Amino acid sequence: MSACPDKELLLHALVDGELDAGNALALEVHVATCAGCAAESAAIRAVKAQLQAAPLAYTAPPSLFDRLDAAIAEAEAPRRRRRAVRGETWVMSGAVGALAASVALFAFIPTGVSLQSELVDAQARSLEAQHLVDVQTSDRHTVKPWFNGKIDFAPPVVDLASQGYPLVGGRLERIDGRRVAALVFHRQAHVINLFIWPGDAPAEPSVQQKDGYNLIRWGRGGLVFWAVSDCDAGALAGFQKDFAAATR
Amino acid sequence: MNGRLLPFRRSPARSTAGGPAGFSSAPGSGSPRPGPAGTAASLSRPSGAPRFRELIAPHIDAAYSLARYLARDAAAAEDIAQEALLKAYRGIESLRGGEVKPWLMAIVRNAYFDWRRRDNGRTVTGPAAEIAMAETPAEETSAEDALIRQGDVAALRRAIETLPEPFREALVLRDLEELSYREIAEITTVPMGTVMSRLARARRMLGERMGVLEPTS
Repeated sequence: MSACPDKELLLHALVDGELDAGNALALEVHVATCAGCAAESAAIRAVKAQLQAAPLAYTAPPSLFDRLDAAIAEAEAPRRRRRAVRGETWVMSGAVGALAASVALFAFIPTGVSLQSELVDAQARSLEAQHLVDVQTSDRHTVKPWFNGKIDFAPPVVDLASQGYPLVGGRLERIDGRRVAALVFHRQAHVINLFIWPGDAPAEPSVQQKDGYNLIRWGRGGLVFWAVSDCDAGALAGFQKDFAAATR
Repeated sequence: MNGRLLPFRRSPARSTAGGPAGFSSAPGSGSPRPGPAGTAASLSRPSGAPRFRELIAPHIDAAYSLARYLARDAAAAEDIAQEALLKAYRGIESLRGGEVKPWLMAIVRNAYFDWRRRDNGRTVTGPAAEIAMAETPAEETSAEDALIRQGDVAALRRAIETLPEPFREALVLRDLEELSYREIAEITTVPMGTVMSRLARARRMLGERMGVLEPTS
């Protein structure tokens, strides 16, 4: 038993919801009285159901994401340098001087920049308005799952609003050739970037300065944390203490 | 694509409406182009990377999957998808309104044809792979069909891969990527009627192996 030859393609369109209401109704009326067309449309549904029951679409391998990240970072780099040199208006007016200085500096740093430079560079880039966060929310339950599938570790996410460091969001960064998580917090008018990746570091915080930015590094649970900000050293130390306490 | 809930995969329209404010409210980022709210054109124009992240990144899996089903080779699919996605990144300015996914799928398809020309038959794909499948001994085919009937993912993927290319791409775009007939017609540059007959043919071939459709006389 088979479908009416003139109806076969239309039966697919009916099952796919591609027919307008009038044609769909007319065909449904026909299917109700035609055993061949009824069997055919049931079979089409069965094929579709079986295709939908299995995860047949492929997922992109992590290496593809890495290659795209690298190619786009490379394509974007000259753009950033030109902008810094031309001295276009930066969004965060308070940081204009420091930013222009640090970005211009990086334009002339040869390959092999230090980790601290990369972190400061990432901090500076993040202050471009469009790059501060990929996921913008103060809800840590939104930020944490956002990282799923993008990085192969789970960064701890806490909101420190009550301590004066509200969570703004998160984004992906590329530091030292690997993909890392960056959490973004505010401290009054300042931005704190907290970079996180797997590795070992002493739990005791280590305080550093680089190009007018304060950096604090510490380790916990197989993760390395780097907090970077242009806020004063005391405020950043307070942030480190509160974050470490909240994730203990 | 079912059951995976990466926030990454949110639809462009939704993420534009509720997404990071920085994309649409950044000062000094050029005059917004006219366009209906919620489409690509309503975004202001920051540099390419944020637009890529916002509009194209949600479809990276789909781009790779289409490349994979067309090329039927993991390494080739990665190259094709990368080339297409970077082409999309560079051409992002040409995306004014409209849906991102069909636009990207068309770029992937072109990248596949470019790759096939360059590859020049070094990778066993195209008709050669289909012929190899057709020559598989009957007992192997029936074992494979048994797996297909059990819903075995690898066997189902192989079954799709043995479909001739025009049928395969119609099926993948419709039943895996859930694009409309009209979008598929535009991507594959054939009339809608052709899309419908290719899709029907592809489903019939799969349905026969699944044991749910009888072969037509």
